Amino acid sequence: MTQLIVEDLHKRYGDHEVLKGVSLAADAGDVITLIGSSGSGKSTFLRCINFLEQPDAGRIQVAGEEINLLRGKDGHLRVADGKQLQRLRTRLAMVFQHFNLWAHMTVLENVIEAPLHVLGMTKHEARERGMAYLEKVGIARFRDSYPAHLSGGQQQRVAIARALAMEPAVLLFDEPTSALDPELVGEVLKVMRGLADEGRTMVVVTHEMGFAREVSSKVMFLHQGLVEEAGAPAEVFGNTRSERLRQFLSGNLK
Amino acid sequence: MIEWSLFSESWPQYAAGLWLTLQLTLLSLAAGLLFAIPLAVARVSPNPLVYGPVWLYGYFFRGTPMLVQLLLVYYGLGQFEWIQAQWADGNRFWLVFRNPYGCALITFALNTCAYSTEILTGALRATPHGEIEAARACGMSRATMLRRILLPGALRRALPAYSNEVIFMLHGTAIASTITLVDLTGAARNAYSQFFAPFEAFVFAALIYLVITFALVGLFRLTERRWLAHLQPRKLQRTPG
Repeated sequence: MTQLIVEDLHKRYGDHEVLKGVSLAADAGDVITLIGSSGSGKSTFLRCINFLEQPDAGRIQVAGEEINLLRGKDGHLRVADGKQLQRLRTRLAMVFQHFNLWAHMTVLENVIEAPLHVLGMTKHEARERGMAYLEKVGIARFRDSYPAHLSGGQQQRVAIARALAMEPAVLLFDEPTSALDPELVGEVLKVMRGLADEGRTMVVVTHEMGFAREVSSKVMFLHQGLVEEAGAPAEVFGNTRSERLRQFLSGNLK
Repeated sequence: MIEWSLFSESWPQYAAGLWLTLQLTLLSLAAGLLFAIPLAVARVSPNPLVYGPVWLYGYFFRGTPMLVQLLLVYYGLGQFEWIQAQWADGNRFWLVFRNPYGCALITFALNTCAYSTEILTGALRATPHGEIEAARACGMSRATMLRRILLPGALRRALPAYSNEVIFMLHGTAIASTITLVDLTGAARNAYSQFFAPFEAFVFAALIYLVITFALVGLFRLTERRWLAHLQPRKLQRTPG
């Protein structure tokens, strides 16, 4: 079953139209990378998927369930049923550029928080699941530390474990390594590569071209709110058709 | 020169006064904080019908001296015939305002609640926006987010500012002595009139306030060490990271 379908998404801020009709379809096991320069709309697109931003037009379907939308007073689309939105958000887990861990909770508490209080698991089940995912990302020994006491790379791995603990249909990554020192980028990409190899469905917004080229099953190049070029990495990087993409890859397009 | 007999003879009155001061301080703080939590949540609401009344209440109680508030309640309420009628009827609620203890407790509670609400409101507003986004993104309802993320974070963040409020209230309750209550300051005033030794009388009270304040500061330091542990600098670890 197609895990995520986004059709013809539009988004404007006032007069400025940021997304002019972007579509995406992710089957199980797909790793879709969105690349593009700042302002191209890639982060906005990702944030519209779980309604952290309100789109103006389009359809979204998660794990076969269509999200019912209605137009709010401000002109943007909102999810008609709050409960459906909450349920759908548990099927989509997001990893943020600035980690967004809850500062007053320890690492383990961060990871088990949503399974415990959103999914309603028992404390014992949640702890077991949390510890398993912390082991998987290599952070288990910090389970009782506070996020502020960890390095950026460690915090991001906690954030990934937190996302995994929800066992979502699709993992959303919003520039997960952009806030990290170059030395720490590697450890996070390694974890993400492991997840891709396992067959998880991932949509990743990133500037890491190496990851896009080597790990993703599909690359989409966004420019000024539209998909300029999309396809398998070999095609998009090897046989670049779009001039703008060529410029972007050679570092000219800012 | 120094009237030592004041200390040796009137310390039971001071002890009784201290007990009253502690009652007024702790009871009003407890009531104030209890109500400040829902009021602060209301205060950060985007709906003017919800935050408006809270804002107005805070504006009055933070915009006037606590002494004036106390005098308004203690002397002012009794001026109204309607209130006098309630008292004559034996109305249990309004009779509370007939005695100074009730007046003091309610005024102090209303006052500290207004300040505590403002402190908590600021702490809630200071929640890092990313933490809120992460909570929404994993499907938390507003109620769960409030209970698990917003309030725990805000209460911790408010600790240093709240410790100031506690100390202010301890000292502020001294004005209860102006409406016939014999709190610690009231005991000092009585000792002054009994011994004609103002310096000894008031310095004794001052020393007791000082000791209590130090105890409170120490208590808050311990509390902060536990509840603000997540903000402390990293302890040196022996194992490599």
